[in-house]
Amino acid sequence: MTLTTADACTATDLAHLMSRMTGAEKHGPAASSTLDALWVLYDRVLRITPDTADAQDRDRFLLSKGHGPMAYYAVLAAKGFLDPAVLDTFGRYDSPLGHHPDRTLIPGVEIGSGSLGHGLPLGVGTALGLRAQGLTDPAVWVLIGDAELDEGSNHEALAYAGAAGLDRLHTIVIDNQSATHGWTGGIASRFTAAGWSAVTVDGRDHDALLEAYTRPHPDRPHAVVAVVEPKN
Amino acid sequence: MRDRFISTATALLDEDPRLAVVLADISAAGFDSAAAAHPDRVLNVGIREQLLIGATGGLALTGMRPIAHTFASFLVERPFEQVKLDLGHQGVGAVLVSALGSYDWPAGGRTHMSPADVALLDTLPGWTVHVPGHADEADLLLRDAAAGDGLVYLRLSAQTNASARPITPGRFLTVRESATGPVVVAVGPVLDEVLRAVAGLDATVLYAATVRPFDHAALRTALAGRASADVVLVEPYLAGTSTPFVSEALADRPHRVLGLGVSREELRHYGTMDEHIAAHGLDARSLRERISSWA
Repeated sequence: MTLTTADACTATDLAHLMSRMTGAEKHGPAASSTLDALWVLYDRVLRITPDTADAQDRDRFLLSKGHGPMAYYAVLAAKGFLDPAVLDTFGRYDSPLGHHPDRTLIPGVEIGSGSLGHGLPLGVGTALGLRAQGLTDPAVWVLIGDAELDEGSNHEALAYAGAAGLDRLHTIVIDNQSATHGWTGGIASRFTAAGWSAVTVDGRDHDALLEAYTRPHPDRPHAVVAVVEPKN
Repeated sequence: MRDRFISTATALLDEDPRLAVVLADISAAGFDSAAAAHPDRVLNVGIREQLLIGATGGLALTGMRPIAHTFASFLVERPFEQVKLDLGHQGVGAVLVSALGSYDWPAGGRTHMSPADVALLDTLPGWTVHVPGHADEADLLLRDAAAGDGLVYLRLSAQTNASARPITPGRFLTVRESATGPVVVAVGPVLDEVLRAVAGLDATVLYAATVRPFDHAALRTALAGRASADVVLVEPYLAGTSTPFVSEALADRPHRVLGLGVSREELRHYGTMDEHIAAHGLDARSLRERISSWA
């Protein structure tokens, strides 16, 4: 299969795109845990295209969990932000595609990430910055992992975002049960206790993801815990 | 100086819709009126310093010009990785404004002392570091920083000089010239003590209210025509912080450097700022002894 235009891409093309980075059509759960959540978000929710990647009123997606970005790069390629041929350069010296993304090297990538726990605070600031400029329509989405939630900076951000009622802020937590000590009481409870709307769904079910992403959450930020198969 | 920061920042918020002030409870009461006028641009995140810098980075990503403020210990040291990644690595600018510095509140002890802040920022690219010695200079430097786009650290202190100097942001100012003797670079609030220390001695004094970038040209000009290149640094933070920058400026000629500043060892004393300035050898009498015995 050769991809020539972004329009031609479907979810089933993503496996091929990912294989250009990993050399395998079949991927371990760690590499693809985010794949369905990202695809549904980019395909059906986010209001951003390569043409509007710099528009001030675009939606923002911040990949906080920068580890294993192949699924992210594949989705960006499928949506026309990246030339699929660039995927073949993954990790090379002159490639824009590192094993953690760098926003200054890739069109449409909002943040550089890799060190865990930076995306949600940056997302809080992004939501605040848009609000301060009267841009109350763009949505801000941050994707983190359940183990990433260990980082205390997330808890600073989610507590504040709930208290401040940042209703344009959204967090997707990919839960592959990789947090060393787990989350007694459930991940969603951390968000609801801080004043967020939160829902837990099957992270492989596209319709369920879409419903969770688009659920109304007036006056409060919204978290979607997307449960996928355990990492180990 | 902190009061002037609050009043100047409050005025700037009225003038420039791009500006936002981000706080972590410290100085928040001082910004009450500004917050009432600009509730979306005066943001107090609570006692959350990782978020303070992370949110500052996010604001900058949307095109705002954020000014983040708390005590130096909690602005630079505690969230240092956020300073590194959420600002520099994202390719965005911000203004960080600290208070308390190295020894402003000695009764508060080591937890509220940050003598390593400038040295830490020196490990990162692109930072401008202003160390005003007077509230009027802080006002000028804050306005300059707010109008720009880069990464700026404004280090406020309780120690001040008696009068403001006619500084230009980014440049050293020659305040005393001598044909012989060392060139003393006095950074920010130590200037008055330095001038008292060198009274009657042959010494040129350069005043640095901006210490990064380090004004190579001013130092080289001050040393032009001299047989020897003896440079004394007097800094109100970790001793020797700027020594590598002197070496860089004078790489093509033999030189000696005496780096004076706050000692690396913890004093483990409380007391007053003046007692700590003396304990670090930064009072006029100690400086005179150390400079004259070295030069």
